[in-house]
Amino acid sequence: MQADRPRVTHDWLDYDAGPVVRPYAMTQGRVAPEGNEFDLVAFVVATPSDEPGPETLQPEHHAIVAASWEPISVVELASALDLSIGVVRVLLGDLRSAGLISLYEPPAASQPHDVDVLKAVVNGLRAL
Amino acid sequence: MDSVRSDRNGASSRIPVALKILIAGGFGAGKTTMVGSVSEIRPLQTEEVLTGVEGADDTGGVEGKTTTTVTMDFGRITITEDLQLYLFGTPGQDRFWFLWDELSEGALGAVVLADTRRLADCFPSIDYFEQRGTPFVVAVNCFDPDQRFGADAVGRALDLDEGVPVVLFDAREPMGARNVLIELVEYVARRQLAAAASR
Repeated sequence: MQADRPRVTHDWLDYDAGPVVRPYAMTQGRVAPEGNEFDLVAFVVATPSDEPGPETLQPEHHAIVAASWEPISVVELASALDLSIGVVRVLLGDLRSAGLISLYEPPAASQPHDVDVLKAVVNGLRAL
Repeated sequence: MDSVRSDRNGASSRIPVALKILIAGGFGAGKTTMVGSVSEIRPLQTEEVLTGVEGADDTGGVEGKTTTTVTMDFGRITITEDLQLYLFGTPGQDRFWFLWDELSEGALGAVVLADTRRLADCFPSIDYFEQRGTPFVVAVNCFDPDQRFGADAVGRALDLDEGVPVVLFDAREPMGARNVLIELVEYVARRQLAAAASR
């Protein structure tokens, strides 16, 4: 048995080496969320609840809830928590099923963008 | 559809409207530089499931690999509290086209960056947006001040549809990138108004 050997610190397990846990390990191998997919720019808001949520929730689930007290987009969440977008989507599906978050999808892609909104964008860009 | 929040949520702020703009072009055309010059740039990891990879490549030794990691750049410009603009630098390699489909879904429009020394590099992007009907402008990144082509000449060389704007700019300058975005949004608005008028 070699279990009692002093633990060797692995120099190569640093930030640059990337995550030690494979991304979809956090989702138990699930690659698609329960229910609908979420747009990259859908907004997430935590639903206030006194319940701690199901015990199956992982630290990453709680991190998402903590980051979404103010509306935050799915991409911002992924970037802020340094998780891949696919993983965030699966975790969001779990949280939605548990009633801990609300999701707001952007208007359907088939809808033309409102010209007044476009004007506001141009004015905003000019002011940069 | 709409973004009206329900009362059971805690935060008092409203759900913003977010618009997507894609920044495309060949490798080294200045996509990252452009996103970074107008917004705070951040990396976004996308780990995607590979489908139908059998036989596509020699996958000896990696048979179990069904996902691939792609990092792309994105930046946000806050126009107002309720209106945000997201810029996505599209991954350059062809094998990441599947990401483009998702990015261009519902996108406001796209900027295709062109380098006059390697004009052909932006052909795939132009083809893609033409086929999808995504409005785009071509922005010629002027790396070399001595080698200037007129916007018209570039437009002709690319065989663009009538009305597609071609802008000369320097991706490193914030105002340059900003002006390209303004050109794109104004072009989208013109198309929208024309479409409404012809209905």
